[in-house]
Amino acid sequence: MSGLLPCRFSEVAASDKQTPFPGVYNFSSSLQTIPFLSIPIMKRKLTLNKVKVLRQTEIAPGVFVLSFLRPWEFTAGQVLGIGAHATDEARLYSIASGELDDEVDILYNINPDGKLTPWLAKVVTGDSIWVSEPCGSFTGSGEPAWWIASGTGIAPFRAMFRTGLIAGKKLIHGGRDLSSFYFSDDFTQKVKDNYIRCCSRESAEGVYSGRITHYLSGLPALPAGEKYYLCGSAEMVVEVRDILIAKGVPFDNIISEIYF
Amino acid sequence: MPESKEQLFGKTLAELSVLAESLGLPKYTGGQLAYWLYKTDITSFDEMTNISKKSRSLLAEHYVPGVQPPERVQQSADGTKKYLFRAGNGKFIEAAYIPDGKRHTLCVSSQVGCKMGCLFCMTGKQGFQGHLSVGEILNQLRSIPERRQMTNIVYMGMGEPFDNLEAVMKSLEILTAEYGFAISVRKVTVSTIGIVPAMRHFLEHSKCNLAVSLHTPFDEERRRLMPIQNVYPLKDVIETIREFDIGKYRRVSFEYIMFKGVNDSRRHVNELARVLNKVKSRINLIRFHPIPGTPLLGSDEAAILDFQQALNDKGIVTTLRASRGQDIDAACGLLSTKELLKAQESD
Repeated sequence: MSGLLPCRFSEVAASDKQTPFPGVYNFSSSLQTIPFLSIPIMKRKLTLNKVKVLRQTEIAPGVFVLSFLRPWEFTAGQVLGIGAHATDEARLYSIASGELDDEVDILYNINPDGKLTPWLAKVVTGDSIWVSEPCGSFTGSGEPAWWIASGTGIAPFRAMFRTGLIAGKKLIHGGRDLSSFYFSDDFTQKVKDNYIRCCSRESAEGVYSGRITHYLSGLPALPAGEKYYLCGSAEMVVEVRDILIAKGVPFDNIISEIYF
Repeated sequence: MPESKEQLFGKTLAELSVLAESLGLPKYTGGQLAYWLYKTDITSFDEMTNISKKSRSLLAEHYVPGVQPPERVQQSADGTKKYLFRAGNGKFIEAAYIPDGKRHTLCVSSQVGCKMGCLFCMTGKQGFQGHLSVGEILNQLRSIPERRQMTNIVYMGMGEPFDNLEAVMKSLEILTAEYGFAISVRKVTVSTIGIVPAMRHFLEHSKCNLAVSLHTPFDEERRRLMPIQNVYPLKDVIETIREFDIGKYRRVSFEYIMFKGVNDSRRHVNELARVLNKVKSRINLIRFHPIPGTPLLGSDEAAILDFQQALNDKGIVTTLRASRGQDIDAACGLLSTKELLKAQESD
């Protein structure tokens, strides 16, 4: 068996708390064109299909938004697999664009030790990448809820935001420095006072100085009947979940997506 | 500097043979190294007496054997022992040795901490600090005094084994190969929360037993308990297992921690019977060992026994796992080095 294992199932570095969704599918591959799915579903075996990159934008140091034309329908909050080749192991990333957008946006940061992102960051307009159908059940709804993210874990909430699910939502985003608050112009404009940025290493007007856990711990009370969606590193999700539970939020109302 | 040398312990026979040849040694030196590393208690090259002195010196210039003793051991009143090891990244891991009559089980870790964030697990509360290497996984067996008594190895310690698939698969090879520890594949069990692609790879390439953390057959409940459900739902896990002819050569079990008022009703019994229909498997019921800050409670003993009986009545072989080592936090779901991690960070 030695040397026969092509898969390394995580590209997250122990020191990197904000690496994009690196869960992996060992996708079967296909050169067929992408079927247009009317209902996003989860399959055990997904197919990787080639798409052309429309755009790649570095929105913060080492953090990129990669865009391609939307080939299927999806539900905001879902993920898709990305590979460099048809036969690659694919890694999962949350979709960061809205259900009605023409383009699919993927938010990721470079993990220098990763197998995909150093390559992905070099992709330019017109290059091909391989993507799967969307899947996953971390999906939003129109009911009041708290969206809590760290780093690139903001991606599914950006998808929900662009899908129009923002009414009744409170969005809390944690980051190390001020450049970590991706898409903040949009959120500031539309979510207004319900958009809270928690910055652990820098300070600025209108930005909470401290970790997201510190901000939540300092809140006097939390509505126990609302849903709490958490997305980001395991550390953030576990710590925030403990705080919410300690403040009386039933665990039934906490839905988590961990970037692993 | 010895620290900068690569470790031999944890390398497969093929890898040892390649490195021997790369040093200009005969290919069979790989087999000699495997023998000394995996069949004996030696800790230095000098003790490898069937390898020439010159060859040993050459090996020592480039490699270290790499076996590390545990840093600490705690013993439970019930005989369970919890071993503490220092991993290569300076962090700590734990392994639990559980004697039970003629059965001697070692519960090994595959990662420092865990990324999966299950609501009921103490390991998850410390976050993730790194993957273990093949050598670090196997060292948990190799370096403890009970090594030669061990009858069963379970990958149920810290971490999600299938999130560290490459190292886990190599460690399984060395554990079960004739050149290695030569433990029967029927005595080795890998536990997973159900990372489907990695689980499929394991089922295709290993004959060891599989244990899947199930904990509730209902999707919505499961994703509250285990975030992985969002990406790899239980139905996909079970459908993948169905694809393999399990019953002929290995055992698949589903781990089910009993939570009071959450997953211990007749509704759950009925749904378990439905989703596991025609899957050759058994269910292991596990008493919940509460962790700090958890909103979950363990089911009452009577409820657990009633649940077990109801499942057996449905034709599902259901066992109840004894709680062992609870007084030293070595029981299921309690392994954690979070306090040591905190102490390290404050130093």
